[in-house]
Formats: sequence, structure tokens, C-alpha cells
Amino acid sequence: MTKKDDETQRVQYLLDIEYHYAAGELATRFFTELKEAGRIMGMRCSGCHRVYLPPRPVCGICYKELKDWVPLSDEGIIVGCTVVHLPFIDPMTGEQRPVPYGFAIIRLDGASTSIYHFVDETDEKKLRVGQRVKAVFREPRTGSLHHDIKYFRLVGK
Amino acid sequence: MEGTMTKVSIVGVAQTRFEERIASLAINELVYMVVRELLHKTGVSMKEIRSIVTASQDAWDGRTISGMTINEVVGGYLNAEAKVAADGLQALLYGAARIMSGEYTLTLVVAHCKESEGTPHAITNLMFDPFTQRHLGLDDVTAAALQARRYMRLRGLAAEDIAAVAVKNHRHAKKNPFAQRAGDFTITDVLNSPILADPIHELEAAPQSDGACALLLASESKARTVTDHPVFIIGMGNATDAYWTDRELGEAKALRQAASRAYRMAGIEYPAHEIDVAEISARYAYEELMAMEALGLSEAPQDMLARGDCEIGGRLPINPSGGPLCGNPVTVSGLVRVVEAYLQLTDQAGEHQVHGAQTALAHGAGGICGQNQSVVILRRE
Ligand SMILES: [Zn+2]
Repeated sequence: MTKKDDETQRVQYLLDIEYHYAAGELATRFFTELKEAGRIMGMRCSGCHRVYLPPRPVCGICYKELKDWVPLSDEGIIVGCTVVHLPFIDPMTGEQRPVPYGFAIIRLDGASTSIYHFVDETDEKKLRVGQRVKAVFREPRTGSLHHDIKYFRLVGK
Repeated sequence: MEGTMTKVSIVGVAQTRFEERIASLAINELVYMVVRELLHKTGVSMKEIRSIVTASQDAWDGRTISGMTINEVVGGYLNAEAKVAADGLQALLYGAARIMSGEYTLTLVVAHCKESEGTPHAITNLMFDPFTQRHLGLDDVTAAALQARRYMRLRGLAAEDIAAVAVKNHRHAKKNPFAQRAGDFTITDVLNSPILADPIHELEAAPQSDGACALLLASESKARTVTDHPVFIIGMGNATDAYWTDRELGEAKALRQAASRAYRMAGIEYPAHEIDVAEISARYAYEELMAMEALGLSEAPQDMLARGDCEIGGRLPINPSGGPLCGNPVTVSGLVRVVEAYLQLTDQAGEHQVHGAQTALAHGAGGICGQNQSVVILRRE
């Protein structure tokens, strides 16, 4: 190849595909509990007693069908975290998200798996693995994890 | 098959009913339903299964690495799970190779698609070359229409010859409880159904479908412990043609090649006499005639069809399930042909049973105008 990048063409194509993902029976129940009762529900495996969040049809480890719903705390612990400085387009608003902001993998009390959410903290010294956090809800709730929980805030020491 | 390779058998199958929109189930719930049913029917526990091959496509699922949506429900956790982003019959070929290698005694093969969740026109438009074709708005149906015209011209076929395929398949589908679209249509009904892209009418094209299917492959010795009626895969062949605009569209050259490979492996010399039933991935009515020709089942398939030879009870029933015209989630298409062939060879096809079938053919296709073709030959003991 002997041409420089600016000597060859690029072809633009705008991809516009609309999807309507079926949430299914389990996620519908999960979202309904969140909306109507402000409750975050997990599902417990009768084999290994792991509690899954979000819900799913089977325990991937035991291959047991999950049937038992259990309410989880709105508090938990940070498993992994980052402060993001690279701006991106917020899929909820279509606008650029102001930077910096905190992101964390959070294990809610009572759950064996984690969720991923914003944390209202951008100081790397305070946003750290092992820190306890609590969900801050947005009212009125609509029944979606990314909307109804605005973010998590640090609690305790 | 070579003596050193393990023989591959199918020991069980499951399929969902195909529907235009299965809105109540998420993809993992839909797939869990068929896998659970398959395990229940075969009595095999997921703990015994270490090898899984799935078929799904990122663009249709609306997420990359689409196989991960269903990882738990197919038993993928810490197992040898792999995804094929192509027609489901390719997943079967991959799964069979794993058994033949002697490394695995069982392999679960699963395919799913919920066409209703995406935008079919926009998704199939992505198949086309972005430099010279895609901006023109081509999709699967328009490309098929261009091929249909070419094929009809080369063979001197009339619109009625093509419509007769749809009449036969929808009538067959009335006997298949999993079919999405069925009925006693006449040739006039078919030709009066809305035109999608000339010469293809609505009843000559597969409808939008959601669905999934699964089957369990086993080595011969393992199969004997699971079932008294294993069905053996005695031939497999696969071939990929040139890009659609670079080949003679009126000839299914890749399918001829795939078929000759499968027949050679199966020791079949006269397919028209040795095959008892065929399930063909004809997503458009004209494709069934093209495929019958390329598979060596008939030199004048339209005449064979007109004589009633392709009916259930005829000399060589083609698509007794109704075939893809009666429900056809992309990707599931080729694999469910194998599911149906298995039902035929184990006398479990119910009302659409072809009595006494010993050897069955299942065909799968993918890409623009069937660029990729696969053929599997199955036989009961
Ligand atoms: Zn478990």
C-alpha cells in the first residue's frame, strides 16, 4: 500500500435499526417490584443458595431453575470502581454526559452477583473498593434500574 | 465415514412453536424452554454436557456476542461453548465434528432468533456491500426477487409453477403443530396475495418469525445409553459460492457441491431413489424448486410437484413440516430442518409423518441468495 490515509476515500453509512427487546417474564416482575414497591428483588438458587441479580431462568452453576424471589437491601459494597473522564453520549438523553463521574460495580447486601451503576463521587481517594454505598431513588419510579436508581451515594466511614 | 472417526447420532430434539411475535418471553427464556424440554425428553442431565454449539446473530439479537445472552440457559458456564453466527445447520456441522473427534460424547446444539425484536429490512440490508450496493436499499426480499426472475427465465417456469410450492407447503403445515402459517390456499390465492417484490408474493416468502430449537448429538456408544432409536448422521457437506453479483444466480452451484459431498460421505449414488424425505430451507417458494434440482432429487421439479410426488404420501415428500414458508426464524431455519428430519426417522412426526422413512435429507442456507449451503443426510437403524 503506497497511498497515505488522506489520499483514499471513506464511505459514510448511517446505521439506524430500531429494536424492541422483550424483557420477558422474570425481568417484567423485577421491574414491576421496583416500580410499585421500590424493592430490588433477587432470585435464590435452591441448589447453591446463590442469590442472582438481575433475575434469570437458571443458576448457571447448578443448572437449577430459579424460583425463589428474595428482597435485597438498597445498600451494598463497591466491588470495582472508576472515575470516568472520557465523555460519551448518554443513551438515556442523547446528550453528552458531563465528566468526570463515578462508576462502580456494586454488590447489594443479600446478593451474590453485582450490578453496575453511577456513584455520586468523583474523588478517587473516596471512591474505592470495599466502600459501602446506598441507592438514591428517583421519583416517580418508572420501573427501570437505570432510571429509578439515580445513583449510589457513599455511606459510613 | 472414516473408520477412525466416531459416528455421530442425534438422540433428541425440541422446538418451540414459531410465531410472528413471541412478546412475552425474553430470548434467554425462549431458549431455556427448548433446552429444558430436550433434557427432559432425553433424560440427560446438563451436568453430563460439556460441549455446546449455538447459532445466533448479533444484528438480529441487537447485541454483540449474542451467544452470551443464553450462556447460562444452554449450560455454557465453564464449558466448551461456542457460537456460530450463521445458519443453524452450520452449528450442527461444528457440533458433529466435536463428537467425531472423540473429545466429547455429547454436544448440545441450539439455535434461536426473534425477528420481531429488530427491523428486518434494515438488518438484512447490512448483508450488502457498503461501497456499491447497500445505499440502494437492497434487502433479502429484493435480492431473492432478482434471483427468482433469473431462475424462472432459465428454466421457463411460470408464476403458477412457483405458487404450487406455496400451496403444497401451507397444506402440509396444517398437520404440523409448530407451524406459524398454514392453510388450504389455491394457486390463485397465492398469486393474489400481496406482492412483496415481483415475482415474489407474500405467501411465497417466509413470514417474520420468532422461535428456537435444540438437539442433542451423541457418540454412538453414548447414544445407546440414551435412546433405543438413535438417528445417525451419515453424510455432511457444505459449500460457499461467490458473492451474489459474481455468480450465475439461476444455478445453485454451491448447493450441488454441498450435496455431492454429503452424498459421497453417505454412500448415496441415486439421491432421488435413496432419500425418503427432504426438509429444504426454502425461504422463498422458488428456492424449493432450485434446491430439488441442485440436490439431484429431480430434473424437472415443477413436474414432480404437479404430479403430487412431493406430498406427504407421495414418492418423495418435500417439506412435510411445511418448511420455512410456514415459519422461519433466521438462523433456526436449517437446524429445525434437522429436527423435523429426526422426527420423521423416529416416527414422531405425528400427522405429517412420512411412513417408513429410513433416510432423510436436511438442508440449510445462508447469505445473499443462498451463498452458503449445507446438506446433512440422516438415517435410522
Ligand atoms: Zn446454584
